[in-house]
Amino acid sequence: MAILELRDLTKRFGATTAVDHFTLSVEKGEFVSLLGPSGCGKTTTLQMIAGFETPSGGSILLNGRDLRSVPARQRGLGIVFQTYALFPHMTVEENVGFGLEMRKVPGDERRRRIAAALDLVHLSHLSGRYPRQMSGGQRQRVALARALVIEPELLLLDEPLSNLDAKLREEMQLELRRIQQEAGVTTLLVTHDQSEAMALSDRIAVMQGGRLIQEASPFEAYDRPTNAFVSTFLGKSNAIDAHLEETRDDGAVLRCGDIRLAGPPSPARPGPVLISLRPERIELCDAAAAHVSGRVGERIFLGDQWLFKVETSLGELLVVRPNSGRREPEPGETVHLSWRTEHLRILAAEPAA
Amino acid sequence: MRRNGVFAKLFSLVFALFMLAPLVVVVGVSFTPEGFLEFPPSGISLRWFRAILDNPDFIDAAIVSLQLGVASATIATAICIPAALAIGGGRFPGRDALQALFLSPLTVPTVVLGIAFLRFLSTLGLNGTFWGLVFCHVVIIVPFVLRLVLASVVGLDPSIARAATSLGAPSLTVFRRITLPAIIPGVVGGWVLAFITSFDELTVTVFIVNPATTTLPVKLFSHITQTTDPLVASVSTVAILFTVALMLVVDRIYGLDRLLIGEGSH
Amino acid sequence: MNQDRARPWLLSAPALVLFLVMLVTPLVMTAVLSFNSFDFYGGIKPTFGLENYADVLGDSYFYEIFGRTFLIALVTTLICALVGTPQAYFLLRMRPLWRSVMILVVLGPLLISVVVRTLGWAILLGNNGVINDALKNLALIDRPIKMMYTSGGIVLALVHVMIPFMILAVWAALQRQDPATEKAAESLGARPATVFRRIVLPQAMPGILSGSLIVFSLSASAFATPAILGGRRVKVVSTTVYDEFLNTLNWPLGAAIAIILLVSVLAIMVAWNRLVEKRFAGVFE
Ligand SMILES: Nc1ncnc2c1ncn2[C@@H]1O[C@H](COP(=O)(O)OP(=O)(O)OP(=O)(O)O)[C@@H](O)[C@H]1O
Ligand SMILES: [Mg+2]
Repeated sequence: MAILELRDLTKRFGATTAVDHFTLSVEKGEFVSLLGPSGCGKTTTLQMIAGFETPSGGSILLNGRDLRSVPARQRGLGIVFQTYALFPHMTVEENVGFGLEMRKVPGDERRRRIAAALDLVHLSHLSGRYPRQMSGGQRQRVALARALVIEPELLLLDEPLSNLDAKLREEMQLELRRIQQEAGVTTLLVTHDQSEAMALSDRIAVMQGGRLIQEASPFEAYDRPTNAFVSTFLGKSNAIDAHLEETRDDGAVLRCGDIRLAGPPSPARPGPVLISLRPERIELCDAAAAHVSGRVGERIFLGDQWLFKVETSLGELLVVRPNSGRREPEPGETVHLSWRTEHLRILAAEPAA
Repeated sequence: MRRNGVFAKLFSLVFALFMLAPLVVVVGVSFTPEGFLEFPPSGISLRWFRAILDNPDFIDAAIVSLQLGVASATIATAICIPAALAIGGGRFPGRDALQALFLSPLTVPTVVLGIAFLRFLSTLGLNGTFWGLVFCHVVIIVPFVLRLVLASVVGLDPSIARAATSLGAPSLTVFRRITLPAIIPGVVGGWVLAFITSFDELTVTVFIVNPATTTLPVKLFSHITQTTDPLVASVSTVAILFTVALMLVVDRIYGLDRLLIGEGSH
Repeated sequence: MNQDRARPWLLSAPALVLFLVMLVTPLVMTAVLSFNSFDFYGGIKPTFGLENYADVLGDSYFYEIFGRTFLIALVTTLICALVGTPQAYFLLRMRPLWRSVMILVVLGPLLISVVVRTLGWAILLGNNGVINDALKNLALIDRPIKMMYTSGGIVLALVHVMIPFMILAVWAALQRQDPATEKAAESLGARPATVFRRIVLPQAMPGILSGSLIVFSLSASAFATPAILGGRRVKVVSTTVYDEFLNTLNWPLGAAIAIILLVSVLAIMVAWNRLVEKRFAGVFE
């Protein structure tokens, strides 16, 4: 059974609609990410679940119970705020114990649970410190311990890693995943960082302009984006304007300018479409086998990868190749590109802006 | 940051002398053994400090001023905390008007406030009463308290209160355990500034006291306008020392510039 | 927030009630009072007319008082701006220790009663005061310079009373500036004076302007300083109101003078804000 269900959740601030008929359900033990660009309504959604914003429409069900009339303090959710919101005048221990105190958990048990929570986040040695005396990553873990110690049915995380530097962020991603699995807590994470969402989640809900665009496993969302927005927001992608000439059971025929391309079978109707092709799915090949040829415009070294910008008659194509120590084409060189037909994704054309 | 050159140092020195001169003179004069104002004093004597003890008027006035300052600062702080939480807690229709109203005693000339209170209290027959004075002072000092408390409320991360709520704290507990401790520097700073402002207030008070509720500044003022003997200097010296002591304490715990500017400035 | 609309109003209710009872009502009563009439035998009559305003506005004696009041306020404001601005800048550049000492010296007097500070100036400025004595002893003068009971003396003491407000305002503005702008100007070859004039001063301008407004309105309604240093001889608006209320007992006339002061101070503030907004629109926020 779903622990959390959002049904047609809507929030309007005056004329702007921050969240628009948003529907989503989260299963027990699952780690779900709400992913979307800045201002798409992620925080607003989370605040409505937490009870700090009143929905303009729709409903929120926790274990099948409508939360409408339940005040924030009785919802029993664990929340990690973007700013951590640690109580500056309380020690780590007091911060973590606050929720237990509110639940009138007796002293012995309280101490035991605080210790266990601090142990879980590897902070037992800092229990007497004040938040000011800690690093960003440590504060983040205190906030997590404070939210987890009350054994919430649902953990809400609002961009919990966005205040950390890149290296620490990667470490904390692994840490967060470990803690979530050890605690076995159902988690809803809000983030605008697609790599974070993909690394952590069982399922991703991509949001844009307050609406749910796609809901899928990270692999599925990456591999089979339902529209151009998802394809470019999750990782890099080449978006090519094309015309779908015909579709058959065994494939499609596409035309880009005067180039004809074969595509995978598609339910789309003939007419203008958008082709999405991941840069790492493009290979270098001989002139004879090429789908298209072009000149390397720019070559960027990314450490484990090379990124090429190739000028072709399909437009500029991004090509990514792993750095395996071989000789790579130089800028100005002519290269021949090919790909497997099934790696093309045929998406609805973007409405002319 | 570059440091000051010779000109700047000289300028600051002269300016400091200018600021200190009248205070130094008052303190100096108070030690005179003579019966008139002389500076520098021809000798050192505590004659005029002993004279304070023979003038219960001044002592009574000082007691009234202390009581008045404590009562009005406390009431002003008590009503400003909820008002600051409302005004600093987010927009609502009428918020700007409310804030403008609470800060307006700063813009109305004090002499206008003085006669307005006089007219109001004498119509009610409350002129010269202690509690009449208290509530007039509350109106005058509310802007000072409100500005400081508001500054600390606005600086507060709203998710801290939300975090406490999400952990199950009822709203009164959130206020007592989370919000109040977080804004306490502003509250204490506001109270002290309000107390000092009330303690020093003359222009409004001079209209609404009677002999039984005369405050120290009013007593000093009427004494100065009638005669000038070293007694006013010795009373003033005691007042200066009291203020300086209070000031040093405040500067330690809150920062004098923060208190007076009303926002973080270190 | 999951709260009803009433919450902010409930929270502000105590303050709001107090202000309606203790501020709005008295001010309205004063305005009404200024339209009443007065005679020396019958006292205040609940008539409703403009005689008091006609009396004030038709009498050159009151023009002189209003003119003197605003002139004193203007000169005080100018001096405070000219001295306070560089002083605030020097304050910013002091070593931390000296800075805290200087802050005590500059801001401390703000917390000491104006009566006490003005007493100090009375002792300094009197005909047999400290300054005249010193000048006589140095044989620079043989007759004392008259400083008590002059507008100049009042201005001097008012500058002492008001300049902390100016320094605070400029100080607050300077703290918002990015210290790197000064270094940038210096790296481009500007001398210290040029840095001050071209980089610091424009950024301090919002502080100078708001400080000027505070100093002007406080000076125009100052009471203790002109009362002690000017006495009956150099009257300003607030001392005139005081006399009407507590000596002549002509409250309606006093109220009319006070209302004229209130209206002119508010008008000057509004006009000043308009001017500043127009002139500096877009530069500051
Ligand atoms: N209290 C409010 N009043 C008016 N508009 C608001 C309010 N809160 C949010 N909005 C608007 O609602 C939209 C969604 O805001 P929200 O904070 O949910 O975005 P977000 O997805 O969390 O963005 P970010 O990644 O930048 O945190 C934005 O356009 C924002 O301007
Ligand atoms: Mg957000």
